[in-house]
Amino acid sequence: MTAALEIDELAVTYRGSRGEIPAVRGVSLRLDAGETLGLAGESGCGKSTVAAAVLRLLPPGTHVSGRILVGGDDVLAMAPAALRAVRWAGASIVFQGAMHALNPVHRVARQIAEPLLVHGTAAKGDAERRAIELMEQVGLPAWRARSYPHQLSGGQRQRVMIAMALACSPQVIIADEATTALDVMIQAQVLTLIKRLVAERGIALVMISHDLSVLAATCSRLAVMYAGRIVEHGPSGDVFATPQHPYTKALSDAFPTVGDPAERRNPRGLAGDPPDPTALPGGCPFHPRCPVALESCATSPVELRGGDDRQAACVLVEPVRPRPRQPEGA
Amino acid sequence: MLAPSGLGRSAWREAATVTSPILQAEGVHVRFPTPGGRVARAVDGVDVDLGTGEILAIAGESGCGKTTLARTLLGLERPSAGVVRFRGEALGYSTRALKAHRRAVQLVLQDPSGALNPRHTVYDAVAEGLRIHGIHGGSGGDERQRVATALARAGLRPPERFFLTYPHELSGGQRQRVVIAGALVLEPQVIVADEPVASLDASVRGEILALLLQLRDELGLAAIVVTHDLGLAWNIADRIAVMYLGRVVEDGPVDNVLVAPHHPYTQALVSVLPSSPGAPIVLSGEPPDATQIPGGCRFHPRCHVLAGGGADAVGLAQRCRHDDLLIVRHAGGGSHEVACHVANAVTAER
Amino acid sequence: MTAETTVPTLRSARAVTRARRRAALAGAVRRYRGQRQGVVGLAVLVVVAAATLLAPFYTDEAELRPINATGGRLDPPNGEFWLGTDEVGRSILLQIIWGARISLQVGILAAVLAVSLGTLVGLLAAHFGGWISWLLMRLTDWFIVLPGLVLAIALVGALGPSRTTIIAAIALTSWAGTARLVRSQTMSIEGRAYLERAKALGAGHWHQMSRHVLPNLMPIVLASATLQVSSAILSEAALSFLGLGDPSQVSWGNILQRAFDAGAISSGAWWYLMPPGVAILLVVLAFTLCGRALETVLNPRMLSSRGGR
Repeated sequence: MTAALEIDELAVTYRGSRGEIPAVRGVSLRLDAGETLGLAGESGCGKSTVAAAVLRLLPPGTHVSGRILVGGDDVLAMAPAALRAVRWAGASIVFQGAMHALNPVHRVARQIAEPLLVHGTAAKGDAERRAIELMEQVGLPAWRARSYPHQLSGGQRQRVMIAMALACSPQVIIADEATTALDVMIQAQVLTLIKRLVAERGIALVMISHDLSVLAATCSRLAVMYAGRIVEHGPSGDVFATPQHPYTKALSDAFPTVGDPAERRNPRGLAGDPPDPTALPGGCPFHPRCPVALESCATSPVELRGGDDRQAACVLVEPVRPRPRQPEGA
Repeated sequence: MLAPSGLGRSAWREAATVTSPILQAEGVHVRFPTPGGRVARAVDGVDVDLGTGEILAIAGESGCGKTTLARTLLGLERPSAGVVRFRGEALGYSTRALKAHRRAVQLVLQDPSGALNPRHTVYDAVAEGLRIHGIHGGSGGDERQRVATALARAGLRPPERFFLTYPHELSGGQRQRVVIAGALVLEPQVIVADEPVASLDASVRGEILALLLQLRDELGLAAIVVTHDLGLAWNIADRIAVMYLGRVVEDGPVDNVLVAPHHPYTQALVSVLPSSPGAPIVLSGEPPDATQIPGGCRFHPRCHVLAGGGADAVGLAQRCRHDDLLIVRHAGGGSHEVACHVANAVTAER
Repeated sequence: MTAETTVPTLRSARAVTRARRRAALAGAVRRYRGQRQGVVGLAVLVVVAAATLLAPFYTDEAELRPINATGGRLDPPNGEFWLGTDEVGRSILLQIIWGARISLQVGILAAVLAVSLGTLVGLLAAHFGGWISWLLMRLTDWFIVLPGLVLAIALVGALGPSRTTIIAAIALTSWAGTARLVRSQTMSIEGRAYLERAKALGAGHWHQMSRHVLPNLMPIVLASATLQVSSAILSEAALSFLGLGDPSQVSWGNILQRAFDAGAISSGAWWYLMPPGVAILLVVLAFTLCGRALETVLNPRMLSSRGGR
């Protein structure tokens, strides 16, 4: 079965005034229809770059290598016309900070209808009707259609963004920190909505956030990025409860479980800061901050290792050897 | 009172239950006129106490008035009614009285990049407080020594290395430490931190929070942490006051309130945390703004206990809709107060 | 990542301040050197300033007086008089050099006055708000609306033509623009978190304005100042051209006036008309280039920003 989204050894290097910035250094992942993947990481890890790369929204001059297959077609090799068709109809993005992603001088229904008109999916009157349908599906009352973005609250604006992302019925939706700026209750509402829509329509969802606990609760699989690479991935429950990579452990420690007495008056954080992509430490890029680093970590980088389903890029993880077939009757 | 786990006990922490509170809000109301003639009741009757050496979390969602309350406790806002007391004395609003208050109660803001003037070096930023108050010499040493001590206490070592750096040369965590050092240099007794780690990377938060705890343990510094993040409160706070639409709806020790919340709003907030067991109670809609506070219990239009018949079961639904609740008053020690007709009736029965 | 500063042992607060100031100045100079346009502008200004200030040493002011004129009437540029002569036989080049003194003096003084007044008004209006702001802004609006040249003419006509009057007239007609600019910038600066922090630390009005607001205003004010100098020089030229300048002094504007009166256009004496115009153009351009370079150098946003969310 063709995967809804497949990324194969993606590498992205920005060309800036300060030289080259390797934001993504080899990311591979695969998502089938209806699957949900959480992509976790902090500033500078490259997760938003991956999202932008899927729709080729990177600044001109950026060097991109690898393959990104949306519904089986390589986005990176497409001609501009085909790419325009894929943008929004194949894959769409829900951005963070809807306040900035929405045009303040256009009414919201018109903005939701815009992708439909651009893709020629519907004529003008039809598009407006479909926009109102979408608004109702995301929980916005129909009378809000003629409102401007500033008349809506943060949660409502984010719902507008979701409606826009759904407009052309894409196969893949990428939610880039879509709920980070919202209050917890609104965030819970929006996450419930996203989960329902994704399940109903069989969309493949990539959810990007720095909050590991939210991702573990919303997505079935979890991948953690650090310094442009995936350092751990696996079923979300397992990765969150028993992280194998020390960075994942630190990230999950940053969001304490309320009710766990061990976390009372015991805040745990990492020393140092997320690394600068232009000046990555040698060997394993995490080693300067790693509480369990070995001497070899400073010189030898580690690839993802472990089983088929669950891997971590840490020398302390035992690679699982495939078990030899048991002879019959043994 | 529950014996606190984790880092060691100190005499002052036990004394906190016995001596009077160091910072208090008594019946504080803060009202703002809005364009259109309506009045926004940002803080609508709050009684909050902070004991010596205590860490109090004021939690709630945006619009609940927690930031306004914090600013009022700092003297940056003047209450429309009610009194702010420091060590029992009512706060005066003359320039001199406020200046004296500022030495005792200091502020740490949310966004460290915005909180530091980009043209000032770290040294200037930390020394600013000293220069404003004309502090030099004495037991703390001269200005340079005091700045070095404050930077070292905030975890920036060796402090001299940072004297001539500018904020844009530092990381987010380091900037926040500079802001904290700037507050520490005045040797305050209370720190009010407004979302101290919200702008920082997740892996760096723990360090700043650990710093706040360390300052409490080493210097006896009391703190009010304003946050929407219940996990943060669980991590470092002793007590928590949950606010909704300008009022405190639940006030008690963190170990009680976040484990067994009594108020329906707190219950809902705790239940939607990803790590909470059981089904999340997702409230519909959003809190109304401060110009249109509902009558009766201000939470009743969104209350799942009322909607689900829990209030009818104890015959209190009418009260929920029509009777406003008394202001929650912290009664000292490990008391746990709730502003809810149903919850109070249930407790009274026990 | 932290900055790798070599740590001198700084033993006192004053040593720290000195070290910082030295480093900041060195940094600013380095950055300015990188602005090519600014360097060109500065070079032009230095040359002009040198030529002007050293004029008494290499020229003879006495030759400006008509009775001492040695050249022929409206002679084109030649070996003796590089820019030709005027209708009385005086060297045009000499007049340009000496005229620079007046034009620059009036221009700079008027601009400094205008910018200072405008900054003060804008700062006070923004910081104190309320009725003070209302009053000051109405005053500003009034002055903005007033037609500048007409007011200048009226003032000079009433007070008599002299250098002081011209400076006052130009300053009075141009401070209002700066006031508006400064007010809006101040309001935006005061909304920033570090002003709130300063207040929380206990800072009074004076501290807030002098330590936080003013330093952040400087880029805008300096840029505005250089533009004001340019426009002041032009205004002075215009006023002198109209005969409202100080008749006893040579200035670029009144060179143009005399050129017109002497019929330089009809007699084709381009050497009489062009030099003052070109001189004004050069100086105004140089000031503008410097101003833009200064704005770039002093703007903290141009400093590289680092990570941390």
